[in-house]
Amino acid sequence: MDPSSLQILGLPMLAWIPLLPLIGAFLNLTLGRRISKASAHTIAIGAVALACILSIYLVASPLWQLFKAGAGGTGIEQTIYTWIEVGSFKVQLAFRLDTLSAVMILIVTFIGSLIHIYSTGYMHNESDASYARYFGYLNLFTGSMLILVLAANLPVMFIGWEGVGLCSFLLIGFWYENDAYAYAGRKAFVVNRIGDFCFLLGMFLLYWAVKDISLGPEAAARGSLDFANLRNPAYGPAYADAFWGGERLAAAAGIFLFIGACGKSAQIPLFVWLPDAMAGPTPVSALIHAATMVTAGVYMVCRMSFLYSASTTALIVVSTIGLITALAAAFMAFAQTDLKKVLAYSTVSQLGFMFVAAGTGNWVAAVFHLGTHAFFKACLFLGAGSVMHGMEHGGSTTPGDITTMGGLRKHMPITRITFMISCLAIAGIFPFSGFFSKDEILAGAWAVDPPGWPDWYGELLWGGLLLAALGTAFYMWRLYFMVFSGNERSEEAKHAHESPPSMTMPLVVLALFASIAGFIGLPHLSMKLPSITHALSSWLAPSVTPTWYMPNTVEQLSIAVHESDTTIFSLAGIALAIGVIGVGSAWVLYGRGPSPTVDKLVEGPLAKPYEASKHKLWFDEIYDVIIVRPFRTVARGLFEVVDRFIIDTVAVNGSAFIVGLFGRLSRWVQNGQVQRYIAGVVVGAALVFAISDCGRKPTFSYKLSDGEYEFTAEPGAGVGGANARLRWDLDGNGVADTDASGNPLDAPVVKLRAGEVGSHVTLWVEDPISRKTVQVTREIREEEK
Amino acid sequence: MPGSFILPLLLALPILGAIFVMCTPKGESSLHRGIGIAMSTITFLVSLLIFKNFDKKADGFQLVFDVEWIPGLGAHFKTGIDGISIFLVILTTFLMPLTLLGTKKAVEKHSREFIASMLVLEAGMLGAFVALDLFLFYVAWEVMLIPMYLLIGIWGGQRRLYAAIKFVIYTMVGSLLMLVAIFYVYVTAADVLGTYTTDLEKISTVAFSYQAQIWCFAAFALAFAIKVPLFPLHTWLPDAHVEAPTAGSVILAGVLLKFGIYGFLRYAMPLFPHGAAYWAPALAILSVIGIIYGAFVAFAQDDVKKLVAYSSVSHLGFCMIGILSMTAMGISGSIYAMLSHGLTTGGLFLGIGVLYERRHTRRLAEYGGIWKQMPLFSGLFLIIVMGSAGLPALSGFIGEFLTIFGTFIAGDTLPQGYSIPMPRLLGALSATGVIFGAVYLLFMFQKVFFGKLDKARNGKLPDLRPHETIVFVILTVAIFLGGLFPRPLLVVMEPSVQKFTRDFGRRVAEPDGPAHVYGSLPQKTAQATKGGRP
Repeated sequence: MDPSSLQILGLPMLAWIPLLPLIGAFLNLTLGRRISKASAHTIAIGAVALACILSIYLVASPLWQLFKAGAGGTGIEQTIYTWIEVGSFKVQLAFRLDTLSAVMILIVTFIGSLIHIYSTGYMHNESDASYARYFGYLNLFTGSMLILVLAANLPVMFIGWEGVGLCSFLLIGFWYENDAYAYAGRKAFVVNRIGDFCFLLGMFLLYWAVKDISLGPEAAARGSLDFANLRNPAYGPAYADAFWGGERLAAAAGIFLFIGACGKSAQIPLFVWLPDAMAGPTPVSALIHAATMVTAGVYMVCRMSFLYSASTTALIVVSTIGLITALAAAFMAFAQTDLKKVLAYSTVSQLGFMFVAAGTGNWVAAVFHLGTHAFFKACLFLGAGSVMHGMEHGGSTTPGDITTMGGLRKHMPITRITFMISCLAIAGIFPFSGFFSKDEILAGAWAVDPPGWPDWYGELLWGGLLLAALGTAFYMWRLYFMVFSGNERSEEAKHAHESPPSMTMPLVVLALFASIAGFIGLPHLSMKLPSITHALSSWLAPSVTPTWYMPNTVEQLSIAVHESDTTIFSLAGIALAIGVIGVGSAWVLYGRGPSPTVDKLVEGPLAKPYEASKHKLWFDEIYDVIIVRPFRTVARGLFEVVDRFIIDTVAVNGSAFIVGLFGRLSRWVQNGQVQRYIAGVVVGAALVFAISDCGRKPTFSYKLSDGEYEFTAEPGAGVGGANARLRWDLDGNGVADTDASGNPLDAPVVKLRAGEVGSHVTLWVEDPISRKTVQVTREIREEEK
Repeated sequence: MPGSFILPLLLALPILGAIFVMCTPKGESSLHRGIGIAMSTITFLVSLLIFKNFDKKADGFQLVFDVEWIPGLGAHFKTGIDGISIFLVILTTFLMPLTLLGTKKAVEKHSREFIASMLVLEAGMLGAFVALDLFLFYVAWEVMLIPMYLLIGIWGGQRRLYAAIKFVIYTMVGSLLMLVAIFYVYVTAADVLGTYTTDLEKISTVAFSYQAQIWCFAAFALAFAIKVPLFPLHTWLPDAHVEAPTAGSVILAGVLLKFGIYGFLRYAMPLFPHGAAYWAPALAILSVIGIIYGAFVAFAQDDVKKLVAYSSVSHLGFCMIGILSMTAMGISGSIYAMLSHGLTTGGLFLGIGVLYERRHTRRLAEYGGIWKQMPLFSGLFLIIVMGSAGLPALSGFIGEFLTIFGTFIAGDTLPQGYSIPMPRLLGALSATGVIFGAVYLLFMFQKVFFGKLDKARNGKLPDLRPHETIVFVILTVAIFLGGLFPRPLLVVMEPSVQKFTRDFGRRVAEPDGPAHVYGSLPQKTAQATKGGRP
C-alpha cells in the first residue's frame, strides 16, 4: 500500500501529528475557564500522547518499510491543500516524514508527553483558568514544533518556525504580572524575529536562485521551495550550474538561513534571549531546551544539508559560530548561582557543539547529540524543577539559588539519582549517552577536511571543543555538588522533600534514556559490531547529503572520513579524560559544598574572569548600549524632529500658516470702510503709474540691414501707447509721408531704402484720448546710414 | 449583463438607509443603530451576490452597469468590478456592520446623524471602488470626504476640529491637482478619440505624450500618495485617527487608506505608464522609508491609537512597494495585504475602542495587567496583534510575504522601460519591517495587557459584552481563514493582476509621441523602441 495515501477521517495521517496538539490547544484556550483542571490536562496530555503513538506507528511501520526498501530518503509526503498560489509560485501545505523528521517527531512527542505529565504536578497550584491556559500554550508549542519538523517546504517550515517563537513569548511571559518576565518573553520573540528576518531572506535567495530552473514537469507543478525538489541532485546540469555552481549564492543563502537558526538555537550573537527565558515555568524551560524551539535551528541546518554541502564557506561560518558559542557559554556558566541559569548556559554551549557538528558536515552527529541532549537536558530541567519545587515546600522564596542548597541528596533521592545520571551524560562520561554523541562530534571535527578549508581548521575546532567539554564537565558538576552534596546551607533546604510521582516518573524515564541512548551511535570500527550500534547513521543516511557538492565534477567527495581504530580510541580516550578531569576538579572545589579555596580564587587571581562570567561577558549591557538605546533614541528622534517638527510643524502647518497670513492681511484690507477703499484705489493707481512706464516719452529706434532702414516706433506704455495714431516723416522734408497708394505712413514698423532716408526723421504720436500730438525728431547719423 | 444591477444596488442601499434614518425621530439612538446595522448587513449580504455572477477566470470588468449620466460632458454612470476591486468591495461591506455593532455604545450624541454619515460614507467608498468613469470616481472620491469630515469634526476627541480640517485640506490639495489632471486627460482624450468621454475603459486606450504622462501621473500620485499615506505625506493620519471616534478610525484605516493603493492600480499606473516608470524609483524608495520610518515612529508613541496609526504607515508601505514591483506576486500580495490590514488594523482600532469606552484614556501608561481583568478580550486582541505582526497562518503574513518576495525577485521580470532601484535591497529592507513590527506591537501589547493590575480604575473593567464578543470572534476567525486559505482569493485576483501587468508592460513599451490611441503609431517607430518584450 502506498504510504502517501494513509488517511484518518479524510485527512492525511501526517497532518494529524501536529493537528492533535493544535486541537488540544484550541480546546484548552477556548473552553479553559469552564473546565476543571483534570479535564484540561487530560485533553492536553491525551493530544500529545496520541500524536506520539501516531508518530511511533508511522515511523515503525510505513516509514520502516520504505527504509528497508531503500527509499527512506524519499520518505512519505502528504499534501493537504495548496496554501498559496500566485502565477507560477505555489506553496503546498504539505508534510514530509523521512528518516530525519522521524527522529525529530519521536523526540518532540515523547519528551513533550513526559513534560506534559510532569507539568500536572508542577503547576497544580495555578488557578483553573491559568492552568488551562498553560496546557493550551504547551500544546500549541508542541504543535508548532511538529509543523516545523514535518514541513515539506520552507514556507510551511516558517509557520512552525514563527509559531514556536510566539509560544516562547507566551510561555516565558506566562506569569505576565511580573514585568520582568513579560519583558523576557518579548525579548525572546523580538530576538527570534531578527533571526526569522534572515530566514526569510535566505528563503528568498534560494528561490531567486532556482526559480528559472526547470525541475521537470512534475516538479514544476510543485513549486521549488520544496525540500524534495531542492535536494534532488537528479535535475540535471542546469540546476547544478545555476545554483550549486554559484558557490557565493549558496553561501549567502546558507549564511542567512543560519542566522535564522542562531535566533532559534540561541547562538552568538542572538543567544541573549535564552538565559532570560528562565522566567517561564520550569517545565517550559525543559520543553524549550530539550524538545522544541532550540533544536529547530540545528534541525533546519541538517534539513538543508544539500545547501550547506554546496558551500564550505557557509559551513565555516556555522562551525566557527558554533565553537565560539560553545566556549563563551561554557565560560558564562561558571559563575552563575541560579540553578536554571547554569542549565540555560549549558544548553547554549551544547547547541554550539551541535552546530560545530553540522558545520563540519557531520549531520548524523549533530542529530545524535540533539537527541541525547534532549534526554539529559529535559531530565536536568525537570530535575531542577523538582528541586525548586522541594525548596519552595521548604519555604524558600528564591528556590533557584544554589548557594542556599546543599545536602538535598538526603531529601530528594530520586531527583538526585536522575540528576546525577544526566550530569554524567552531559559531562561525557562513559558509558552514558553524552559520551558517545560528544565523541562523534569531536572525532568528526578532528577528521574533517572540506575543500576550501585550511588543513588545520578541523583540529582547531576539535581543540576548542575539548576546552568547552572540560568546562562543561566542571560547571555541571559544580552545580551537582552545590545542590546535592555536603550539608544543607539553609533552613529551607533542610525542609525540602521529594516531589510527587507525576514529577519523578518522567525523571526516571528520561534518565533511563539518557544512560542508554548512546548505544545507537557507536563509531565505525574495523571490528564488526551489531548493526544496532550504527542504527542512527544508517537510519539518517538517506535524508542527509553524504558528499560535498562540487560543481562541474563527476567525482563526488565524501564528507565522512574514516579514521583508524587507534585514532578513534585515542580521541575517545582524550575526551573521556577531559570529562573526568572536569568532574574531578569540581569535586575538589565543591565536593562538600564550596570550599574556602573557591572564595580565595574568586577574590584573588580569578576576580576579573569571575566578574566577566557572572555578567555573561556583558552581552546584555553591550546590546543595550549599541542597539536598544539607540533604537529608542532614533525612534523618539524621528518622531519629535522629523515627524512633528520638520514635516508637520514646518512643512504642513507652515504652509497653512502662510495661507492663513494672506487671509489675515486681506481681511484687514476688506473691512467695509469706504474711505479706506478709496484710499486703496488712489494708492493703487499711483502705484500703477509709478511702476508702469506711463510717463515715458514716445520715441523710435532704427537699424540698418541689407541696405534698408527699419524704423520701429516706441509710442509709450499702456492703453494710450497701444492705440496711439502714428505718422512718419522719413525723407526729412517736414511733412508726413504717404506710401505708394497715398495712404499715410502709420505702421509701428516702417522700412525705407538707405538712399532715400533724409538726415532727420520725425515721428508724430497722437494720444487717442487727449488728441495731443507729440513730435519726435531724430538725426540719422552717418555711421548708421 | 447578468447581475449588473448588483453594484448600483450596493450604492443605493446605504443611501436609502441614510435617508430612512434621517426620517426617524431624534434621540432614539437604539433605533438609529438598529437601522444602521440592518442596512449595512443587508448591503453586505447583497454584496455576496457578486460571487454568484462573477466569472473567476475572466480578467476584464464584470457586472458592468452603464447608463448615460450627463450627456453634455460625456459622463456615464458606469460601474463594474474585476479581481482587483472585488474583495475591496467585500471588505467594505463586511467591515461596516461589524464596526457599527462593535461601537454600539460609543456614540450617544446625534446618533441619527452619525448613522447617516456612516452610511453615506459607505456609499461613497463603494462608489469609488466600483466606478469605471473618471467623473463618477471623482464624485465618489469627494463624497467620502464629507462624512469623514463630519465624523471627525462632530464626534471626535478634543482636538477634533484641527484634525478634521487638516484631514480635509490635506486630501483636498491632492485631489484638486488630480482634478486638473482629469481635465487635461478629458480634453486630450477627446482630441484623440473624437468624442468627449470620461469612460475609464475608453480613456485608457489613449497613450498620452511623455511629458503629459509625467505631470498627470504626478498629480494623480499626489492625491493617492496622501491617501496611502506615503512618507512624508502621512502626518494627517495620526491626527485624524487619534481624534476620530472608534468607528471613524476603523473605517479610515480599514477602507479609506486602501484608496491610495487602489487609485495607483486602477488609475495612475494604467493611464500613465510612462509617468509611473518615471516616478517609480522615487515612490519605491519612499515606500521602503515609510515601512521602516512608520515602525520606528510607532514605537515612540505613548498613545495607543497613535501607535496603531503609525503602524498603518508601515503596513501600507508594503502594499505600495508590492505594486511597484510589477510582479504578479507583489501586486496580489499588495491587494491581500490591504484586505488583511483592513481586518487587523480595523480590529486593533475596535479593540482600542473597547478599552477607551471603559477607561476613557488612550495613554499606554494608564493601562497594564488588563489580561487579568479581561482575559477573553486579551486573547482575541492578541490574535489580532499577531495577525498585524504578520505571523504565518494568520492573514497578515500572506500579504507581507508576497509583497516582499515579489519585490525581492522583481529584478528579472520588470517590463522594458520600467525599473525600481536595487529590488533585492529594497526587498531586504522592507523585510526589516518584520522585526520592527514585532517590536512596536509587542511593546504595546505588553504595556496594556501584561504587568501588574496596579491602577485602581483598571480593576473594575468588565470583559467583552456579547455584541463585542461577536464582532471580535468574527474578526479573528476571518484573520485565521485569511492566513490559512489565501488561495481561493488569490486565484480570483490572478487574472486581473496578470492583465494589469501585461497591459502595463505593453503600454510602457509604447514609443513616445503625441497623444494617440495605443498601437496606432507607425509600425517602424514602434518597432525601434519596443525591445524584446512579447
